[in-house]
Amino acid sequence: MNILYDARLDGELPRRDPAEVRADLARHLPDMTLLDREEDMRPFECDGLSVYRALPMLVALPDTLDQVRTLLARCHALGVPVVTRGAGTGLSAGALPLEQGVLLVLSRFARILEIDPEARTARVEPGVRNLAISEAAAPYGLYYAPDPSSQIACSIGGNVAENAGGVHCLKYGLTVHNVIKAEVLTIEGESLTLGSDALDAPGFDLLALFTGSEGMLGVVTEITVKLLPQPETAKVLMASFDDVEKAGLAVGDIIEAGIIPGGLEMMDKLAIQAAEDFVKAGYPVGAEAILLCELDGVEADVDDDCARVRRVLEAAGATEVRQARDEAERALFWAGRKNAFPAVGRMSPDYYCMDGTIPRRALPRVLTGIAELSERYGLRVANVFHAGDGNMHPLILFDANQPGELDVAEALGGEILELCVAVGGTITGEHGVGREKINQMCAQFRPDELATFRAAKAAFDPTELLNPGKNIPTPARCSEFKTIKQAADAPALTANPHG
Amino acid sequence: MATTPTEYPGQDASQPLAERIREAARERTPLRIVGGDTRAFYGRQVQGRPVESETLSTAEHRGITFYDPVELVVSVRAGTPLTELEAALAEHGQMLGFEPPRFGEAGTVGGMIATGLSGPRRPWAGAVRDFVLGIRLINHEGIEQRFGGQVMKNVAGYDLSRLMVGAQGTLGVISEVSLKVVPRPLTTHSLHLDLPLAEARRRLAEWGREPLPISAAAWLDGALHLRLEGGPSSVAATRERIGGDDLDNAFWPALRDHRLDFFTREGARPLWRLSLPHRAPDLGLAEIDDTAMLHDWAGAQRWLRADVDAEALRRACREAGGHATCYGPCPAGIEPFTPLPAALAKYHRNLKAELDPHGIFNPGRLYADL
Ligand SMILES: Cc1cc2nc3c(=O)[nH]c(=O)nc-3n(C[C@H](O)[C@H](O)[C@H](O)COP(=O)(O)OP(=O)(O)OC[C@H]3O[C@@H](n4cnc5c(N)ncnc54)[C@H](O)[C@@H]3O)c2cc1C
Repeated sequence: MNILYDARLDGELPRRDPAEVRADLARHLPDMTLLDREEDMRPFECDGLSVYRALPMLVALPDTLDQVRTLLARCHALGVPVVTRGAGTGLSAGALPLEQGVLLVLSRFARILEIDPEARTARVEPGVRNLAISEAAAPYGLYYAPDPSSQIACSIGGNVAENAGGVHCLKYGLTVHNVIKAEVLTIEGESLTLGSDALDAPGFDLLALFTGSEGMLGVVTEITVKLLPQPETAKVLMASFDDVEKAGLAVGDIIEAGIIPGGLEMMDKLAIQAAEDFVKAGYPVGAEAILLCELDGVEADVDDDCARVRRVLEAAGATEVRQARDEAERALFWAGRKNAFPAVGRMSPDYYCMDGTIPRRALPRVLTGIAELSERYGLRVANVFHAGDGNMHPLILFDANQPGELDVAEALGGEILELCVAVGGTITGEHGVGREKINQMCAQFRPDELATFRAAKAAFDPTELLNPGKNIPTPARCSEFKTIKQAADAPALTANPHG
Repeated sequence: MATTPTEYPGQDASQPLAERIREAARERTPLRIVGGDTRAFYGRQVQGRPVESETLSTAEHRGITFYDPVELVVSVRAGTPLTELEAALAEHGQMLGFEPPRFGEAGTVGGMIATGLSGPRRPWAGAVRDFVLGIRLINHEGIEQRFGGQVMKNVAGYDLSRLMVGAQGTLGVISEVSLKVVPRPLTTHSLHLDLPLAEARRRLAEWGREPLPISAAAWLDGALHLRLEGGPSSVAATRERIGGDDLDNAFWPALRDHRLDFFTREGARPLWRLSLPHRAPDLGLAEIDDTAMLHDWAGAQRWLRADVDAEALRRACREAGGHATCYGPCPAGIEPFTPLPAALAKYHRNLKAELDPHGIFNPGRLYADL
């Protein structure tokens, strides 16, 4: 099934004459940058999942909120679809443009509006980079906790739209736990304030509904995030294992001991090797798996916890446990992990990053399953996980220039996700469904459940102009997906995988 | 180790519940959804016009269906008494991080989710919605649907699970919920410091910017009450630094469940809950003495017992960045929940119309038109 928008499966889109749309927008928005030449639009043709590309009808680069409001209202009046884009680092083709649509790029909204150290909040525009918030808060001893590995580049608006996570989310929560308020514009150009400066707001929790909604319900135009005091100290332990399963079980042991680490990450042999070649982090090449366990908080507690975790790791069969000697070594240990994707990328012309989340107890079974699938499809898979919360990032190594290899990688990826669903997990922990996993949504949810999602969408965007073709599949797509799956004689898909 | 469903008593009554909902949808009968019916005071009365409403109780649908302390996940049916759930977690040294209030032994997990109320630990640990991983919801067609799941991270589809928290049952019947649970703190110690309100505020602001193991802070009657939780070393060090007198840890459940004198005396005057940014100063309303309020959540949740002009109070709260809820007894004509701005109200109605097209789920419980 082709990944690009397919009117037969995704629904007819309104067809408007690009010249007329352009003229209309230029008339109503004379001062807004509007790109329509192919060479100018090229940089926007894909997000971080660059195997999927499409040129939009137009690219709009507004500078003011009024321009965004007018643009949305005009597109609504003209019936032109709108795809919102933050920094374009998404890994599920969520910001993939539509040929018949306008791409609304928010990168010029990059101002930090206010850091309030007393309130411990930051109010920012959507295009602000994730890391820039922590940098601006640092002089006050504060920081913004969710730290996706892409934090130097990704935008906070994109983080809200994807409910992004990071290595510190086990203890400090995901984006949804760290955003207190958002200003949004609906497709009709109406302004809504979701959440509040207090700890709750009257009415439905629309802030939660919008977080992770992938630009399908509205455009996020301003965000207030919670800032946390920087921990007094953070220490990291690196444990080596001669067996992946032992490492997986050790994760549960740490949590069972009543310790919630600041970060708890796992990498397998291939990922260790790649990271070590790239970053020289001092990783034990040759180990089957490593665990990185960061403990943070008040000095005295952290020392106690380090001792406890060390005992747990040793009891779990770690062959070596090393504690970073100083801040520099701690940063190095993390650099290996944070650069794992590009590091693996150096081992192969292309890689495809998966994002399934599973109950931790299923880790051994899923790892074995992935190894078997890797063998069957003849493609290498490196594994990097947010182990503490069961979020896995298998990286499938392939070469897009070899005819058919992308299809093989996609088929392998699809099976890994269905395996995650089969053990009680989900097809996406933090990267989103976007366009990429639209078919797997048919495996995770029943048709009536998908209908409820569509009902929620209809409350905000009844004419389906915001990011059409993403996140929630149509019934037509799901029936086609099921027919293809059955024809392929793949393991039978149950309509109700949860129960 | 992981426990299996059979270890906990309970029964699955989802079929009869679904059947009742299908019938109600056919007949357009509004349903007043109850668990233990301990929180009826919170919110509006369910409207039964033109057809008289009927009560739908989830109490028979009860029991823990899954609990794995290692995964930090519990799944529990809506009718399960909250006390039963908390006792099961305590056996494994775990708890609900948001410290839900109990307004009577009969209170259920479904009611806890639908009302979305959190206890003293809220500013530090998070609210009910922050711990919800997934939900089962019986929709307007009487079909039980699953959203979210039992894993820590899940962004497949819209977050309908969290949407149900605090929706007061107006969007569907919550039949089961999966929650993240947390280990109990190793050490808990409570303190009592005689401080004027302004000084308490100043100190809380200062401490808030440091990583101190504070897990509750409430000011009332001229004293700041603090709870420290965490590792023994940091709790001891903080105790040393902050000073003050020891306080019985039982203060916090009493505050949580509104059993303190502040709540039980003068029962006739309306109780208001003000949700404000924690640093918000005095409201500056002539008729209100801020020092007569109970300032919980380090100032982010303030309780007021007074006959006040609701309009003026709400305006002052809005200007301070928050809102005010009337906990009852609510004067005639006063909405319990702060009315929404027009545009937001419109999208609330849209969502209600989409998810509950026949208007059978707790109509009027949150706002008159929902
Ligand atoms: C090397 C690498 C590592 C990564 N590591 C992580 C990680 O650790 N954790 C993680 O969660 N993700 C990770 N990601 C994925 C990605 O960085 C996140 O999903 C991020 O949140 C996307 O932000 P963005 O600004 O790039 O959004 P984009 O890619 O521009 O957009 C993503 C989606 O959000 C929508 N959107 C963007 N801005 C808005 C807005 N203002 N209003 C409404 N909708 C909007 C778009 O329509 C699209 O659907 C990684 C990506 C890369 C390339």
